[in-house]
Amino acid sequence: MDPRIIKELRDAVGAERVSTAAEDLVAYAYDGTWAEQQPDVVIHPQTTADVAAVLRIADAQRVPVVPRGAATGLAGGALPVAGGICLNLARMNRILDICIPDTLAVVQPGVITLDLQKAVEKHGFFYPPDPASVYQCTIGGNVATNAGGPRCLKYGVTGDYVLGLEVVVPGGRVLRLGGRTIKNVSGYNLMGLFIGSEGTLGVVTEVTVRLIPKPAAQMTALAAFPRLADACEAVGNILQAGVVPLVTELMDRATTRAVEDFKHLGLPTDVDALLLVAVDGDADAVTREIAQVAVILERSGAREVRQARSAQESEALWEGRRNLSPAIQRLARNKLGEDITVPRSKIPEMVARLADISRANDLPIIVYGHIGDGNLHPTILCDRRDAAIMRRVEQAAADILEAAVALGGTLSGEHGIGVFKRDHMLRGVDGNALAYMAGVKALFDPHDILNPGKKLPFD
Amino acid sequence: MNLYEPTPGQQVFGLHLPDYDELQGCIRCGRCLPVCPTYQQTQLEMFSPRGRLSLLRAVEDGKLALTDGVEDHLYHCLDCRACNTVCPPGVRIGELIVRGRVAIEDKHPRPFLIKFMLRHVLTGAERAALLSGPLRLVQALRLDRLAAAVLRHVPGPVGRRLGELIELAPHPGRPLARELAEVEPATGPQRHRVAFFLGCMMNVAMPDVSRATVRVLRRAGCDVLTPRGQACCGAPHDDQAMLDFSRDLARKNIALFEPLLDEVEAVVTDCAGCSGALKEYAEWLHDDPEWRERARRFSAKVRDVTEWLDAIWPEELTPVHRPATATYHDPCHLANLQNVRSQPRRLLGRVTGLEMHPLPDSHPVRCCGSAGIYNLTHTDMSRELLDRKMADVAATGAEVVVSANPGCLLQLEWGRRLTGQPIVVKHVVEVLDEGLNGQAQGDPRPRG
Repeated sequence: MDPRIIKELRDAVGAERVSTAAEDLVAYAYDGTWAEQQPDVVIHPQTTADVAAVLRIADAQRVPVVPRGAATGLAGGALPVAGGICLNLARMNRILDICIPDTLAVVQPGVITLDLQKAVEKHGFFYPPDPASVYQCTIGGNVATNAGGPRCLKYGVTGDYVLGLEVVVPGGRVLRLGGRTIKNVSGYNLMGLFIGSEGTLGVVTEVTVRLIPKPAAQMTALAAFPRLADACEAVGNILQAGVVPLVTELMDRATTRAVEDFKHLGLPTDVDALLLVAVDGDADAVTREIAQVAVILERSGAREVRQARSAQESEALWEGRRNLSPAIQRLARNKLGEDITVPRSKIPEMVARLADISRANDLPIIVYGHIGDGNLHPTILCDRRDAAIMRRVEQAAADILEAAVALGGTLSGEHGIGVFKRDHMLRGVDGNALAYMAGVKALFDPHDILNPGKKLPFD
Repeated sequence: MNLYEPTPGQQVFGLHLPDYDELQGCIRCGRCLPVCPTYQQTQLEMFSPRGRLSLLRAVEDGKLALTDGVEDHLYHCLDCRACNTVCPPGVRIGELIVRGRVAIEDKHPRPFLIKFMLRHVLTGAERAALLSGPLRLVQALRLDRLAAAVLRHVPGPVGRRLGELIELAPHPGRPLARELAEVEPATGPQRHRVAFFLGCMMNVAMPDVSRATVRVLRRAGCDVLTPRGQACCGAPHDDQAMLDFSRDLARKNIALFEPLLDEVEAVVTDCAGCSGALKEYAEWLHDDPEWRERARRFSAKVRDVTEWLDAIWPEELTPVHRPATATYHDPCHLANLQNVRSQPRRLLGRVTGLEMHPLPDSHPVRCCGSAGIYNLTHTDMSRELLDRKMADVAATGAEVVVSANPGCLLQLEWGRRLTGQPIVVKHVVEVLDEGLNGQAQGDPRPRG
């Protein structure tokens, strides 16, 4: 990068917030995927004004800018694939306000999601979105990917809690969008465009989120289904009975075996599906509902149902799901985790197709997911050192995305498109809609400086 | 950018890390970031476990030269092992960073003074005790206060640091090393026999605490066997990339304790840094065919004193403290490394009169900034972490702050002096000892 641009950046935000040290470029070259690409410079803004200055200079000089939170993404969204500026927003990590009368919180983008949850729980409130990376991911990243998690069936995704955003767009203009109210139809919903935009339209510098009262109690049941289709149907039956479960987590046989090998919890490993169902609410309702859920699970074809009768028993049933991540990490050197989402009724067929794809490409694929919302995580086990395997991984990933779309589903439920799924957008999204998306991109970022090479399949 | 291009399967460049394979096991999920104290302070990736492993990997893969910056980042690690406890694929991050330090030692050697001290003075409790006499003389003549006062007025960071170093120095009593008989018999009904490992720091900086340890062990029914000529556990040498030296120390200790291993139920120490290292001997010498089995047998018997006392505590003993609120600070090498968390808490729970208030961030524990010699080599970062810890302590309202490692105790004591908080800082065994002897008045007073 032209040293004059670096100097301009240093003058604008302070030399100590701009780094070109070789080590720093290495440390900001990756995210939660296996891919790597170094930026030319890393900037650590502290204020919205810093971000605005960077976007003004970058736009004028046509330098790429890649916003980055905790870099936990699984689609390559925070990779500086075209070099340029890595914008480390982790230092903007203050909770600015927790407003009890309005039941909302105002935070900077670098706040860790769990920290927000803990902070509002002290006041008896609840911020439900819970991506698996909740311990380390940031709110800014959650907004950028419209992150979900297991609790989405009942409580919705990140975007359902965003009331207001402050974003900086290329050129450095600051936009205040939405506000502090649930209802808001003054003008177009521009805010919605930025939610899930993966840093391609603007940089989020402040987020106002809605809070809800913290449910008093939670109770869990775990069911073993010889047939996976029955587990899917059971979720439908639970909803039909008027119960909206907090989570409906599915683990296929291979996933269960991996967890069992890792922790020896006594999970049944001879069934096609384990289904963890939890309900939350006030204590009486929860006790009643979990009993009702247990009956429905049995009637839907479960061979065995373990129903928690206390908070401790509930915790014990969660043990398997909690150990899923470390367990599958130990299965293979590398993993490619997809997050396709299909209509719930299509899950059995999707799982069958995944088995076919696994066979056809000669690669182990394990499946778990949040079946209440149709979101599955087929995970391809592989070894990055082997070129032949990696060619098959690329093919299997393409097959999975294609199958999801063919079943009326979508390429990504919560990880985002990033760079890994970008080429599939042409098949996964309606062509006319794509043209308008390109128009939106051009409107906010005419010089294509913000996270270029991501999300949309155009260069 | 081809996303599915294979990575090179072997080291391109010349660090020749034996653990290159494990290094590649980092999946870069970032789970270690929020528990890393240095990342919490800086919010910079280079100061995180994931960042440090990535730097090592980049050097190994030929993408990054072995710069001073790499060295700086490797040594900014506290070696607190908080990251190890949360890593989903179970990468031993702390160990890999130490291996990285060893790998760069050729081109980036540790400072002469550090090496000299580790090679010639900090080699065992008895040798380290030689420091004690001059230190006590200087302190008795108050020359230390004079020097610190003068240095405080010297402009620039060097004077300030030296002044701080002098202020940090403990005011120890007479060393313990040669005072203990080879067998100190149980004073309560005899039920157990244990070997006692006396740490260098304990012996030089807080010998009275180890005196309390021996008293409590005996009272709890243990014959205490202390073989002469113990070597340092090797933890400080391991931390400073002197791997050959630390392995030699390990062999010396194994050879010394071996004849006792059939006779004793455990090898006990009251320094969490030592117990952590002694337990790691099995791993340190795993690749040495002559020593592997001997090391395994030795390590299997090692117990931190809190772990051991919790396991054998006689129900008839009830320590009594004047009514007071207290808090327990987990030493990193006890909690994060050895997973000994509940035992010291249970022991303190036996003390009548103490009301325990928990510290935040205890699982994994956030380091107090002591971290071996880190508080001397990285004064600023260490101070930031100490300030946070002291603020946590103040928020608990505790009058007594209890820990189980000399480094932590000295650091917290220093924090007490800096902040003027009305607290006393004590080792778990001191609380038990005083509680059993009916002398737990716990008036705020400086240590030593």
